[in-house]
Amino acid sequence: MKRLISILFLALSVCIPLFAANEADSVVLGEVTIVARPATHEVITPQTLSGNDLQRLSAHSVADAMRYFSGVQIKDYGGVGGIKTVDIRSMGSHHVGVFYDGIEVGNAQNGTVDLGKFSLENIESISLYNGHKTEALQPAKDFGSSGTLYIRTRRPVFQQGKNYNVTVGMKAGSFGFANPSVLYEQKLSETVCLSMNAEYTFATGRYPFTIKKNLPDGSVAWDTTGYRQNGDVNAFRAEVGLFGYLPQGKWHIKGYYYQSNKGIPRAIIRNVWTSSQRQWDRNAFVQGAFQYRVGRRWEMQISAKYANDKMRYLNPDTTLMYIDNTFLQQEVYISWANQVELFDWWNLTLSGDYIYNTLSSNMANFVYPIRHTALVAAATSFHYKWIQAQASVLGNFVQDRISNHQSTTNNQKPCFTPAVFLSYQPLLKEQWFIRAFYKQIFRMPTFNDLYYTDVGNIALKPEETKQYDVSLEYSKQFTLHDAQGTKIGLHAKVDGYFNQVKNKIVAIPKGNSQYRWMMMNIGYVEIRGVDVNAGLDFTFPLSTTSFPLHLKVSGNYTYQKAQDFTDPNNPITYGGQIAYIPWHSCSALANLKWNGLSFNYSFIYVGERYHNSANILANYEQPWYTHDVALGYLFKIRPAKNKVNTSFDIDTSLEINNIFNQQYDIILNYPMPGINGKLIVKFII
Amino acid sequence: MVNLLLSLLFNACRKPDIFIQPEKESIGDTTHTEVIGFYLLNEGNMGSNKASLDYYDLSIGTYTRNIYQAVNPEVKQSLGDVGNDIKIYGSRLYAVINCSNLVEVMDAATTKHIGTIQVPNCRYLAFKDGYGYLTSYAGPVVVDATKAQIGYVAKFDTTTLQIVDTCHVGFQPDELEVVGNQLYVANSGGYMVPNYEHTISVIDLDNKSRKTIDVVNNLHRLRADRYGQIWVSSRGDYYGQPSRLYCIDTKTDKVIDSVMIAVSDMWIDGDSLYICATEFSYITYDTEVTYAIVNVKTHEIVTRNFIQDPIVKIDVPYGIAVHPITKDIYVTDAKNYVSPGVLWCIGQDGMAKWSVRTGDIPAHICFRFKTEKI
Repeated sequence: MKRLISILFLALSVCIPLFAANEADSVVLGEVTIVARPATHEVITPQTLSGNDLQRLSAHSVADAMRYFSGVQIKDYGGVGGIKTVDIRSMGSHHVGVFYDGIEVGNAQNGTVDLGKFSLENIESISLYNGHKTEALQPAKDFGSSGTLYIRTRRPVFQQGKNYNVTVGMKAGSFGFANPSVLYEQKLSETVCLSMNAEYTFATGRYPFTIKKNLPDGSVAWDTTGYRQNGDVNAFRAEVGLFGYLPQGKWHIKGYYYQSNKGIPRAIIRNVWTSSQRQWDRNAFVQGAFQYRVGRRWEMQISAKYANDKMRYLNPDTTLMYIDNTFLQQEVYISWANQVELFDWWNLTLSGDYIYNTLSSNMANFVYPIRHTALVAAATSFHYKWIQAQASVLGNFVQDRISNHQSTTNNQKPCFTPAVFLSYQPLLKEQWFIRAFYKQIFRMPTFNDLYYTDVGNIALKPEETKQYDVSLEYSKQFTLHDAQGTKIGLHAKVDGYFNQVKNKIVAIPKGNSQYRWMMMNIGYVEIRGVDVNAGLDFTFPLSTTSFPLHLKVSGNYTYQKAQDFTDPNNPITYGGQIAYIPWHSCSALANLKWNGLSFNYSFIYVGERYHNSANILANYEQPWYTHDVALGYLFKIRPAKNKVNTSFDIDTSLEINNIFNQQYDIILNYPMPGINGKLIVKFII
Repeated sequence: MVNLLLSLLFNACRKPDIFIQPEKESIGDTTHTEVIGFYLLNEGNMGSNKASLDYYDLSIGTYTRNIYQAVNPEVKQSLGDVGNDIKIYGSRLYAVINCSNLVEVMDAATTKHIGTIQVPNCRYLAFKDGYGYLTSYAGPVVVDATKAQIGYVAKFDTTTLQIVDTCHVGFQPDELEVVGNQLYVANSGGYMVPNYEHTISVIDLDNKSRKTIDVVNNLHRLRADRYGQIWVSSRGDYYGQPSRLYCIDTKTDKVIDSVMIAVSDMWIDGDSLYICATEFSYITYDTEVTYAIVNVKTHEIVTRNFIQDPIVKIDVPYGIAVHPITKDIYVTDAKNYVSPGVLWCIGQDGMAKWSVRTGDIPAHICFRFKTEKI
């Protein structure tokens, strides 16, 4: 990694990508993605998509891209505006920590992040860690989830002789999709640079779908087509970032603003296909981090964030219950992380975070919860030749205050959860790795779980997960002794795991013959799974005069047996596969690149599932699979030779998604789009 | 990898989406009386479009799940979303499908689709003299500030299935009954938390004159007994005010009694009013289950548990019905609302006779008689 950085120093007039030294395994140089081997003190490797691989995926949002990771299941209600949440290794979407440029995206209200909101426009890489990242210098929050997703936005990189970058892009596609964006980066001094970008997303979301039922003899019983309604979305996002470097450290600060107005499409049921419900979101935050090497062996990082999120939900349909609710959430986050290198082979980490959350609403009987969370993480990591290890313990202290008629305090019991990560490289010359981890985590009940009017249950305990994982990884780079000298890189990884989710927070009926629910700690789920990732890349030099041809193929496969052991008195659900988790799922990507031309193919398969842990025919969900293709060409416009300032690139791409027009649902009665296309043009100046 | 992908492609492909066929189970409990069977309407969780119809044939002792689709394969999206009430009137079977905004009208013997009555957010049914009466939450907005919509009763002709008249009642009306020439409607106000509705609307079917009887918050079930009394249940407010049962004398239209008992569902058979209830307590953070019989003549609680058999394990008692002749008690268990429920048959001795798996949220039962009853 150090060598890579020094190469970068040479090649570029530098505004170094922040945290490259300890966070990244990839740095994007224009078109080329360099994936470095993980830094020595990272015990586990993430799944990562970055650079061109990410941009060429037929994906609009981070959620779409995550479908290409193993062990991940997406809940997608369809369309650009439909809610999209992810679930890592079947532990539930509440157990996914989402970090945006190093700081967690909080949602104290319901604990999940709608990843459909994060478009890939400005994203440089997304990395998924099972368990947590095992760096020496990281905030306590980074230890706090069962699975962790890091979304990293683009960092300014300037070519020699240039002190600004401008990109203007437009995407347009089926179902009224339009997505203009602009990016401006400016080098303010040798050590400080500025980045600004904005995008606007619009879609009518009016896509056709077909529902068809056959008789047992194979003849069609009925066949009906319709257009998805109320799936429109209007979203605006703007970000401003400042990045700075000091002799002994670096800092960055970022402002983020997102606002959207979208329809909430409904389940397609008999006689009712339309809805008029709407949701308005406004998310704004300011966050920053300052990393500093205090002494030769002591490094620290201070991070802080303030977030202000507003959500309004409206059901204007007066044949149903009229609802117009507004929720305002605020979060303050402060972290101090320290790394002390006792010896070259032994590090200590001590981090303390404090989080303050509030939630207010215009709902009747609302209790205005306030939460103070203190997190303390202590970790030690050890790396010696063929062995790397990290052991950590996270202390979680939560106090809530609610005010209904009078103010009351609700203390969660302090809890301490351990994690151990090991990596063993038996042959130092070969890239074989045997890895294992154990991690226990508690996720605190959310404000909705505890205090939502009529549904919340103040007596809830935290939900607990335990993960056991063993993996084998191999990678190799070599050059064939053929005439051209073809270069081949291969990579493969297999994980086997066992997870338990205890005290799972589940909505259960409250009785009284109405849809009255109550949150209870009753669920128990066991997950046994296997994840397989494999990739091959070839570089064919073709001839010495021509550009080389790159071919990259990768695939992953997931097997999961996720069983519901909640209710022994209910034999039909006891031991059944939990809702919407397929036994088999896989994806494949192929990318062919020559000079400015690129061709991408992607495939996703999700096997048969049931929409309930009663695995009976009435709950059966069909497998689905989509094939997407994209063709791209990068025009390099060079009016005057050797003059950087007058040259620019035009990046163009045409995508066709779901080419066989499969009609499928991910969630029961929420049809997904069939064949659709998208055209992308970007001016890169 | 390639092999794996190919095998997935060719072996694990989508099968054509085929109707789920009826599933027949032999129970063996046969009785040969005027009652030849009963229909059970499963609500199906909201948004799932999984309302379904089961039938128990008492003459041969078989229980058949999901009979509607196979008889009516041409009906798009089957029975619909959230079954809320079921009744037989004359030769026809009427099923109220709440979230699909319609009443499905079928032949009572075959369940063959005859037609629909379209009423938004429709709730419960009653019949009188060739007309059906249907409550709906979806009247016009009457309070602009809160967008509160008044409820109404739609009157439809049972031969043409056309709506012939409507009449406004209270907020969010639920069950209704005709006594003499008066229509009694229980208003819940369930959309107006915490300002529930607390009245019964009484409509004179001759001249549409209306009046209200003030009872208590959040009324739900409303049944007439053979003594000219109306029994109405309140769901309570889930906080300080518990679920309760009230008695109204239709001669004076006054509340004459209340019984300290929670009610989820009830059924009147002769002098016995059978109750099952699940009530959540904010004190114990648990649900309390009650099975009781109230004597409608004396207003006394006869028993607080008519199930004696330890084998009977019911998570969420949801619906109740009593066989008019054998007096067998049928209690449904809605389990966790999203997985299949169970129907239990309990004898008058409190012992279980049998149980059977149902659809999701088994809720509403109506008996089928050998001779048509008007």
